[in-house]
Amino acid sequence: MDQFTLNLIVVGATFALYIGIAIWARAGSTSEFYAAGRGVHPVLNGMATGADWMSAASFISMAGIISFGGYNTSAYLMGWTGGYVLLAMLLAPYLRKFGKFTVPEFIGDRFYSQTARTVAVICLIVASITYVIGQMTGVGVAFSRFLEVDKTTGLLIGAAIVFFYAVIGGMKGITYTQVAQYVVLIIAYTIPAIFISLQLTGNPIPPLGLFSDHVGTGEPILSTLNGMLQDLGFAEYTKQSDTTLNMFLFTMSLMIGTAGLPHVIVRFFTVPKVSDARSSAGWALVFIALLYLTAPAVAAMARVNLIDTFYPNGTSEAALSLAEIEAGVDNQGNRVDWVRNWETTGLLAFDDKNADGLIEYNASAENELTVNNDIITLANPEIANLPGWVIALVAAGGLAAALSTAAGLLMAIASAVSHDLIKSQLNPSISEKGELMAARIAMAVAIAVATYLGMNPPGFAAQTVALAFGLAAASIFPALMMGIFSKRINNKGAVAGMVAGLVVTIIYIFLHKGWFFITGTNSFTDADPLLLSIKSTSFGAVGALINFAVAFVVSNATDEPPAEIQELVESIRIPRGAGAAVDH
Amino acid sequence: MADNSENNAYWSANKRIIGISLVIWFICSFGFGILLRPMLAGIKIGGTDLGFWFAQQGSILVFLVLIFAYAAKMNKLDKEHGVDE
Repeated sequence: MDQFTLNLIVVGATFALYIGIAIWARAGSTSEFYAAGRGVHPVLNGMATGADWMSAASFISMAGIISFGGYNTSAYLMGWTGGYVLLAMLLAPYLRKFGKFTVPEFIGDRFYSQTARTVAVICLIVASITYVIGQMTGVGVAFSRFLEVDKTTGLLIGAAIVFFYAVIGGMKGITYTQVAQYVVLIIAYTIPAIFISLQLTGNPIPPLGLFSDHVGTGEPILSTLNGMLQDLGFAEYTKQSDTTLNMFLFTMSLMIGTAGLPHVIVRFFTVPKVSDARSSAGWALVFIALLYLTAPAVAAMARVNLIDTFYPNGTSEAALSLAEIEAGVDNQGNRVDWVRNWETTGLLAFDDKNADGLIEYNASAENELTVNNDIITLANPEIANLPGWVIALVAAGGLAAALSTAAGLLMAIASAVSHDLIKSQLNPSISEKGELMAARIAMAVAIAVATYLGMNPPGFAAQTVALAFGLAAASIFPALMMGIFSKRINNKGAVAGMVAGLVVTIIYIFLHKGWFFITGTNSFTDADPLLLSIKSTSFGAVGALINFAVAFVVSNATDEPPAEIQELVESIRIPRGAGAAVDH
Repeated sequence: MADNSENNAYWSANKRIIGISLVIWFICSFGFGILLRPMLAGIKIGGTDLGFWFAQQGSILVFLVLIFAYAAKMNKLDKEHGVDE
């Protein structure tokens, strides 16, 4: 059976599964549509949260980023997991007790202010839309590479599947498909990693393999890799080259950004009790950690494999020749067809600049090989010469990661529009049936917009991830945390804090990335930033600090919140009674 | 619902547990993984130093233990203060 048929069968089977689940999990009420009826088991919710959280970026790009950045990129590993500690202790249990449907709803009620609610809706929509564009492009890329359909067709197929289960099932349909998608993506990620860890270290558990000895050299694999990189003039893998200040702030921004992303927070509204919200955050991190502990192993091992491919006789010997690439086999008899296969996708390019017939990979200006980050995960099975069904699994896994995150984001957007704008501000007397219809229409429109943006991604799409995390970190997280942990923060303080954090963060990003991401309009670059060594991607933590400070000062200069708001804060701190909100 | 002083005692106990947990959270990620890495450079593990291990694996394992320990401690605290469900 050829690779294409295999890919088609595996991807087709997973899609049939998602549709089957959608038909089973139809939503009949707004509670089912927004919060899956609050009846999701904490372990299943943890799994769904894992799929919701792990996007195309986690699945496809992260290992590659670490592979080429080494220790300096540890911020992704610590930041994207450490946020769950903050969620479990500072936000999730109390927001579950509050027992409403959306994040802006809490902000609006706690700060007794429609302005606060509207600011939260704007942050949510901007953060979620920028995020969803990346997922939709990921779907298009996965389709075009593995199923040989063009990007637009691939995108439309993906959108149709999401439309089916998100519009019919709402949060309920999304939750149970995310559980299935988690299983698909974790299998797809782990199997190639196990094979590679076995090949390179003899250890079947990749996270342990990372600290084991390389079977070829008998030295630890990280020392082997450091040695190879030094020979080629690259920085050592385990060495720090970023400044400590920037690494610290980047990790902090990713952590509080993670805890402040609305599509992740609402997942904890679906469990029955407050205690379930706490343990569910733990389960979510278990399922996320399975991938995040594997990723650094894949990253280092794939870099070793990459260098081995281009220096089949060792880094001090001659590089791989064009003739060997053409023949698909090197002088040691190892298969290297993947080099040519992936050159056609544009993710890998080589150019024999000095015309010596060899492709030399090194850190100098004479380097003849350029490799896209994404290749580390996508081409991994081929680099390691794994069987065809593993390649098909990686295709299905990439699609599962992108679709599950897209669905979660679209849910957050749709409920903000139908619940926080239509039901709360435009038409408060709308019936439950009417609101359910509005939510479905909002979902359909959100999917259409996301598909359009996926087909015509704005040039700045890749840049805006910093914006999504910056907004979540600088505006949403501090507002939620202060709303729970302080009775003194009032409406004026919260709005002033959110706006200050938001505006300063956006300006800092625009100063470095260009105003509205228009190239050439930036005054600074991330290589030489405005403040010390703080890159625009790391500024969210500073924005959060500004938000906290402004909210504190303004609140203390103005009136205390009314008594009923202080009682509300008291009540969300106490778990008893959250079950009553099930029928809310 | 229990009376106010009971609720206040529950909330203070919760904040104390969160405070201790977040100190550990900070030391094992920002501390051992970034700020204190040079001090741990002497402790070798698998071809590199302990700080690298904390930055790429150890911190994640600590986070896991912290969340489950917090969940278990809070379940006990909920019962003690009569606020469980």
